[in-house]
Amino acid sequence: MKKIEAIVQPSRMESVKEALVELGISGMTISEVRGHGRQKGHTEVYRGNEYTVDLLPKMKFEIVLPDAMLDTAIEAILRSAKTGKIGDGKIFVSTVEDAIRIRNLERGEKAI
Amino acid sequence: MRKTALGALLCLIVFFGLSLAANAQTPSSPAAASPQVERHLSDLDQQTHQAQTSGDNAWMLTSAALVLMMTGPGLALFYGGLVRSKNVLGTMMQSFTLMALITVLWAIVGYSLCFHSGSPFLGGLGYFGLHGVGAAPDPDYAATIPQQTFMMFQLMFAIITPALITGAFAERMKFSALVLFMILWSLIVYDPMAHMVWGKGGLLNATLGGRFPTLDFAGGTVVHITSGVSALVTALYLGKRVGFPKQPMPPHSVVLSFIGACLLWVGWFGFNAGSALAAGSLATSAFVATHFAAAAAALGWALAEWIRNGKPSVLGAISGSVAGLVAITPASGFVSPMPALLIGAVAGVVCYFMVARVKGKFGYDDSLDAFGVHGIGGTLGALLTGVFATSLVNPVFKDAQGNALPVGLIDGHGGQVLNQLIAVLISWGIAIVGTLVILKIVDLVIGLRVSEQDEIDGLDLSQHGEEGYNFEA
Repeated sequence: MKKIEAIVQPSRMESVKEALVELGISGMTISEVRGHGRQKGHTEVYRGNEYTVDLLPKMKFEIVLPDAMLDTAIEAILRSAKTGKIGDGKIFVSTVEDAIRIRNLERGEKAI
Repeated sequence: MRKTALGALLCLIVFFGLSLAANAQTPSSPAAASPQVERHLSDLDQQTHQAQTSGDNAWMLTSAALVLMMTGPGLALFYGGLVRSKNVLGTMMQSFTLMALITVLWAIVGYSLCFHSGSPFLGGLGYFGLHGVGAAPDPDYAATIPQQTFMMFQLMFAIITPALITGAFAERMKFSALVLFMILWSLIVYDPMAHMVWGKGGLLNATLGGRFPTLDFAGGTVVHITSGVSALVTALYLGKRVGFPKQPMPPHSVVLSFIGACLLWVGWFGFNAGSALAAGSLATSAFVATHFAAAAAALGWALAEWIRNGKPSVLGAISGSVAGLVAITPASGFVSPMPALLIGAVAGVVCYFMVARVKGKFGYDDSLDAFGVHGIGGTLGALLTGVFATSLVNPVFKDAQGNALPVGLIDGHGGQVLNQLIAVLISWGIAIVGTLVILKIVDLVIGLRVSEQDEIDGLDLSQHGEEGYNFEA
């Protein structure tokens, strides 16, 4: 099992979600996050006081899926999340040791 | 209809009868008219008077309510939005507390110290506990409304003035210290200043026997200079907030401030047009001047910002409108519409530079710019009133025969600018000295600032045990 953590532009959230659901991936966790990478922040001015806002809002998808589905899922995210500008986000992939469904204690791929 | 016609006819007959009698130099007296006519005339007189009282009183009660609305929710929202979210309740509570605290103080002694005749500097105690303040008008102040209405209207000014100061020490003043500070400030700074400018025999009163007749229609000196200058003194005395200016402290909700500023704008019609103390044409004139100045100032500030920063901000536009309203306050009942536009535009630009450019150079932490907007805007307005006041709007000065005398510089009465300057200096002086003394006292008795940890936790939690935004609720 693999886990994908994809950090994407908030405006691409819906299309990424739809692309994943089309692949049959129904389980996912989405959070609103803030962070910064190469995309520079912006300045805000309140009565002459300038503030640099460098923590920008992003959406984070967390998906755990069978190894066999990894590549298609990554492709789907790349296709749906890309705008071509700095700040499009990143995808991290890691290996997951186990998964447990709390309701009935199913384990492994059956639980995801 | 027939009754009215009959009345008019009788009046005519009486009039001619009296004229003839006067011309003939006969000793016949007006009592010669029939008792019926007499009674009718006095009835008419009474009805006319009642009608005027109804009209004026309706407007004045509305105005009083509008001015209270400026403090809560107007100012509470305006300031509440400008602070960080952990201080939103603490900031709103400061304004709200004044609505209650000053009211009680006013009922006991405040009104008397402001408006009973006394020395040129402070009113007497004749109205202690509102003794004798009832339905009968006080013709020296407002001949057509119950004195209680006048008392309530003035109370709302006494409430908002100290509330304006809270912008300077936002996010760091102990609540208990605030309560003591405000009681003393109201008694030591506001009441004497209000008496001097508006009270019978006050040193600066324009119409009731003042030594230096000052034009302050709705409180440029009494309200805005005293509060703005005291704000600067408290900001300097208390020192900066923890982390200022390194740590960013942006407004947590310009949306709240926006709503607050719009309520202030609307409430200001009561503040200024209500200061005519009647529902006549002077109220209309003040209403026009108020609105025009606010509009021009909003444009002025936003435009200055647009040129300097490349973008006109919402906070800039609303701050500008408040600055314009402040500046037109003393002038509103004395100037025509075009000077009102000019006063507003100047105030918008000048206050922008004070707040956004000059303040940063001095480095004091007047957190919400009470001085930059009210101190500077009030001073500017008080001086410009001396320039643009005209007898065409308000023949406030009259000679012995009752003919209107020139009022401001544009009427050819340059000396008025000097009188305005004297009033400005006196209000700056009383604000600086009074506030310093009060701060010293409160500092010794209670201590002014919250602890550093309390300040980091925020006033909402540390002073009131609540939070403005409970996300888990």
